Amino acid sequence: MEQKWVVFSLADNTYGIDVQSVRSIERLQPVTRVPNAPAHVKGVINLRGVVTPVIDLRLRLGYEEIEATDETRILIASLNQGDAGFIVDRANEVVESDDVRIEPIPESSQDMLSAHLTAIAKGEDKLFSLLDANALFEDQHAE
Amino acid sequence: MDVNEYLGLFLDEAQEHIQSVNTQLLKLEQTGSFEAVQEIFRSAHTLKGMSATMGYEHVANLTHEMESALDLVRGGKKESNQLLLDTMFSAMEQIEEMIANIESGGSGSNVDVGATVKAFQSFIGQEETEAVEAVSPFTVDLYTDSVVEQAKQTGFEAFQLSVKLSDAVVLKAARAYMVFDRLQELGEVVRTVPDTEAIEQEQFELSFEVLFLSQESAEVIEHAVSQVSEVDRVHVTVFTSEHESVPEVAASAEAVAVPEVKPQPSAQEAEEVKEQPVAQAKTIRVNLERIDRLMNLFEEFIIDRGRLERLADEVGQPELNETVEKIKRGTNELQSLVLTLRMMPIEQVFNRFPRMVRSVAKDIHKKVQLDITGAETELDRTVIDEIGDPLVHLIRNAIDHGIELPEVREQAGKDKQGKLSLRAYHGGNRVFIEIEDDGAGINVDKVRAKALERGVLTAEEAAAMSDNELAMLIFAPGFSTADVVTDLSGRGVGLDVVKNKIESLGGVVSLETVVGQGTKFQVSLPLTLSIISAMLVLAGDETYAIPLSSILETTLLDEADILTAHRERVFDFRGQLVPLVYLKEMFGIDAETKSQFPVVVVRKGNKLVGVVVNDLIGQQEIVMKPLGSYLEGIPAISGATILGDGRVALIVDSNDLF
Repeated sequence: MEQKWVVFSLADNTYGIDVQSVRSIERLQPVTRVPNAPAHVKGVINLRGVVTPVIDLRLRLGYEEIEATDETRILIASLNQGDAGFIVDRANEVVESDDVRIEPIPESSQDMLSAHLTAIAKGEDKLFSLLDANALFEDQHAE
Repeated sequence: MDVNEYLGLFLDEAQEHIQSVNTQLLKLEQTGSFEAVQEIFRSAHTLKGMSATMGYEHVANLTHEMESALDLVRGGKKESNQLLLDTMFSAMEQIEEMIANIESGGSGSNVDVGATVKAFQSFIGQEETEAVEAVSPFTVDLYTDSVVEQAKQTGFEAFQLSVKLSDAVVLKAARAYMVFDRLQELGEVVRTVPDTEAIEQEQFELSFEVLFLSQESAEVIEHAVSQVSEVDRVHVTVFTSEHESVPEVAASAEAVAVPEVKPQPSAQEAEEVKEQPVAQAKTIRVNLERIDRLMNLFEEFIIDRGRLERLADEVGQPELNETVEKIKRGTNELQSLVLTLRMMPIEQVFNRFPRMVRSVAKDIHKKVQLDITGAETELDRTVIDEIGDPLVHLIRNAIDHGIELPEVREQAGKDKQGKLSLRAYHGGNRVFIEIEDDGAGINVDKVRAKALERGVLTAEEAAAMSDNELAMLIFAPGFSTADVVTDLSGRGVGLDVVKNKIESLGGVVSLETVVGQGTKFQVSLPLTLSIISAMLVLAGDETYAIPLSSILETTLLDEADILTAHRERVFDFRGQLVPLVYLKEMFGIDAETKSQFPVVVVRKGNKLVGVVVNDLIGQQEIVMKPLGSYLEGIPAISGATILGDGRVALIVDSNDLF
């Protein structure tokens, strides 16, 4: 079956999320801080009348927080428990599975990311890690 | 067209009929009312037809037997007895189970109905049941009689038409309409069975009966009707009222008061000796989804209205202001109207209690009389959907722990039969539900002892508490005082769950108890959950909304007014020392507080807290929106709202500030 991923940048890395679970890609808009929420929860936004939580994916994945730029985007993902947004540095492209080879994550990797990583996609001139958006949200309380 | 399309309708109506049968069964048991037998028979008949059409054999079989048994009672051939009543009660329980199974995608064959069917059959005995069709469906009341009499005097003849549509009919109501259309050309339709409203809503099997006045001959009528396509069979006979059997005439005497509208039986009526006919308002069924969409759109609209108001204020143009003011008034009205769309009478929840009380009481050998008042009280559909279980629990608790065994009651000089009152009423913008029993009351000493033993309280704390406050401890987690663990309650799970559930609906539960006299639980619930009045405040540069319902008042305080008691900041509020909570500290906001600052005094029960904020923005209607399950459990935040400028503001849960 053909699969597609929305590929985006975080720091020097690229990641992909299944296009099926991405509802829309939004420009950064005013985020209301939610006090006493986990640090990586940036807050909530008004997404066409629906109050939607937003996560700073940099913080979530252990990168350093940066100031938003013109390229900063919010990926709105449709997850098991409702919609949520992920702040990313830049949304790059949509990649089809024909263009890449899927490889499992090296077993030796003990990186904290591996809980949310499902596989690695490798193409001629690209390499990106596939993220499980639901896992990113669901085990946030565990950590 | 697929049967599945009608599943929703089938389920809805099945529920209605089950409810009606249950109500009538209780009435029959209490008063032996003949009218109740008729009602049950009708519902059983309809249930049978509906389920047979939908292919739910088990339900159809069971209702068929029930119908047959009732037909004997109805026809005066057999007396109703306790055994039949019990059989019918258990039959209804089984039908309910089967309907639930159908609702969750089953075929309704999850229950073994063999024993119940047998019980019905043994009641029916050797007596062969007559075909229902043989009996004229038209109970003769004075109204019909006089109409027929008058017609006959003016040269009309009364006919009874039995019309059966073809099995393959697609639009039953439309065909029925065409039949009526034809008939109108030839004469006048007096009555139909089922009534015209039911026929319009397709609430009939393939056949229906018409009482018809005409100067034409039976053959002409028969021919005219059979011309309508998809009509399978028409049978026209001359109608004569003398043929009626005696019991039906007796029943008709009661029906005189309500010649055309059949009163929808309610749980409340079942308890009343004197039955009052309820004129039914015309209603339509609307998919809840549509109403929710309407609500969402309207909420958006309210947000835009806020924006418009703000802009108009800035522009300051009189005509614009006037228009905005008009829109505001209009939307206010629209708002209350839209909100009532979601409102339903609590009857829907209350209806299942009489039977439940009966069976619970029977199981533990207690006698309980249930009084229901205010079943017509309306509240939000969301609340209706959620409040059932907590109430069930409270009622079970009252029967189990409140009301004593008949012997004990007698010794205490009380009526053997315990009394349980269920009341609902409106008060302000809240709905109150009370469950009151005249039982033993809560043994406060026992509760106190248990609380001390479990370390829930210290001896000093216990000494300072009133009896009612102590009794409220039964709502604490893991707290159960039952001596004997029964099947019903007393398992130590429960009342704390009840309390949590009610609180999650924005409700409050309280109780009053007097030893030896009984206990009253009171649940107060918000009328609606979605649009509330709130005070918008600033903490630092962040905007928060505090629901007006929890605000006592707002006041300005000087730094010099702050006192310190036991390291806690308090202030003197009309002679009462009230603790201060700084919203900016609570929410980790870095901001200076000026030497003079506003304080919002909020209350929870009798307790007060002063919430220190940086500024008051003003009062506003806000639409409550959930934060979503990811952000559940954030302390002191109960939800969010969208402000006029499109930004999200969080709603402060003032209950968490105490």
